[in-house]
Amino acid sequence: MQKVVKQEMMALAGDQAVAYAVKQSDVDVVAAYPITPQTIIVEKFSEYVADGEVETEFVCVESEHSAMAASISASATGARAFTATASAGLALMHEMLFVASGCRAPVVMAVANRALSAPLNIHGDHSDSMAQRDSGWIQMYAENAQEAYDSIIQAFQIAENLDVLLPVMVGLDGFTLSHTLENVEALPDEVVKEFVGVRKFPNVLTHAGKTAPFKLDPANPMTMGPIALQNYYFEFKRQQEEAMTNALNVIQQVNSDYAKISGRSYGNGLVEGYCLEDAEVAAICLGSTAGTMKTVVDDLRQDGVKAGLLKLRTFRPLPVEAIRSALENVKAVAVMDKCMSFGGNGGPVFHEVRHLLYDVASRPYVVNYIYGLGGRDTSPSELRSIYENLQSILQAGRVETPIQYLGLRD
Amino acid sequence: MTKQDKNWKEIAPAGVCSKSSIGFLTGDWKTYTPVRDPEKCTRCLLCVLFCPDGAIHWYPDKGDIEFDYSFCKGCGICANQCPTNAITMKLEQE
Repeated sequence: MQKVVKQEMMALAGDQAVAYAVKQSDVDVVAAYPITPQTIIVEKFSEYVADGEVETEFVCVESEHSAMAASISASATGARAFTATASAGLALMHEMLFVASGCRAPVVMAVANRALSAPLNIHGDHSDSMAQRDSGWIQMYAENAQEAYDSIIQAFQIAENLDVLLPVMVGLDGFTLSHTLENVEALPDEVVKEFVGVRKFPNVLTHAGKTAPFKLDPANPMTMGPIALQNYYFEFKRQQEEAMTNALNVIQQVNSDYAKISGRSYGNGLVEGYCLEDAEVAAICLGSTAGTMKTVVDDLRQDGVKAGLLKLRTFRPLPVEAIRSALENVKAVAVMDKCMSFGGNGGPVFHEVRHLLYDVASRPYVVNYIYGLGGRDTSPSELRSIYENLQSILQAGRVETPIQYLGLRD
Repeated sequence: MTKQDKNWKEIAPAGVCSKSSIGFLTGDWKTYTPVRDPEKCTRCLLCVLFCPDGAIHWYPDKGDIEFDYSFCKGCGICANQCPTNAITMKLEQE
């Protein structure tokens, strides 16, 4: 068994932690366009390039659409590619996100989650990445700068796994994580380099009738993703769904492999339960809110409330079985959405969690809390009120208001 | 769908082409067919350069061009570019 290696404690904001992880991950191409609150990632990384600390080709592009196009192209040639964006930048990439997943390009992207216009807002919520949830990308959300650092390194291993070959986006809450200085334990360069390794390729049959590694190479001409109509398109999409299913195992494996060298793991890699074993009431959330929520759960436990938390670290693929078993004994669940699905009867996480609980023999009560839009602060006392509401639902034996807005003036 | 079509587990990922497009004839898409008057044609080869489908070939040994009607989609760009109006677009039945 590998031993946990000695690590260096650094003071890094989330964006800097991401840039540092990319620097250590032996990335061949970075193509990016600046946008708040992601800018520091590519700004810091371009310094590494200018100072000769990395051998990465840094491509300054004219838009996020081009950033994604360049990343896909680089990845198609067999390079390891990274980009970062947020908000409107991610929205502009929308078309190309489907090309990345459809071309099975294992691009890794950091998304410093930020609200979408209008009105213009630069602060953190999950509207940007949630709007891309059906684009075929794996989605992971970090709780703190440390997890952002760890998840980026893991993301390359997940994306490039031959059973997966899908792009991965790692979300970190805008400003709350991207711009907040935290203690981050960083692995030594050579340990990360060995962990991420070099890309491998499956063999495919080319139009020349040759079997060749799946990458663009003049020695073995190959065409990726040109056209597939009624007779084959559906089959390619089914392959992507299979890759998502495979990712459930790969994410868990990478999480445990990474724990062996770093001493850090995030639940099973898909979900992380906190005080759930005997919990009667529990909340589910993504990202930085989980950190605050853990202290709220600690306080409630001190007061004798059987409260728990389920942090959804991986949102795509949706870890259906992991969520079901984590909530097995919970009687009332609050699902938290930092995003609105207008006219959709609740937020996206609520839709999916309530949907996966439909087939469970004894279903808990499920309520939705929409909160923190446009970076609105959510205090521990507000979070505590969620659990108090869950307790009154249990007492009353019914849910009166399934969708609630936390911290809204009304 | 034919029985020869492979299922989703058998095909390469990412829509990688397993066959060459040479086997996929697109010539039957056309409505109009380019017809050349060899007397007017000066062999300037502008049509060869402009053809978006590479369906006009130049044979140096013959010193002449030939249309590949298996791939010509009948767009008429060759006729439009021809400086001596040697190419006319004709309906098949004409």
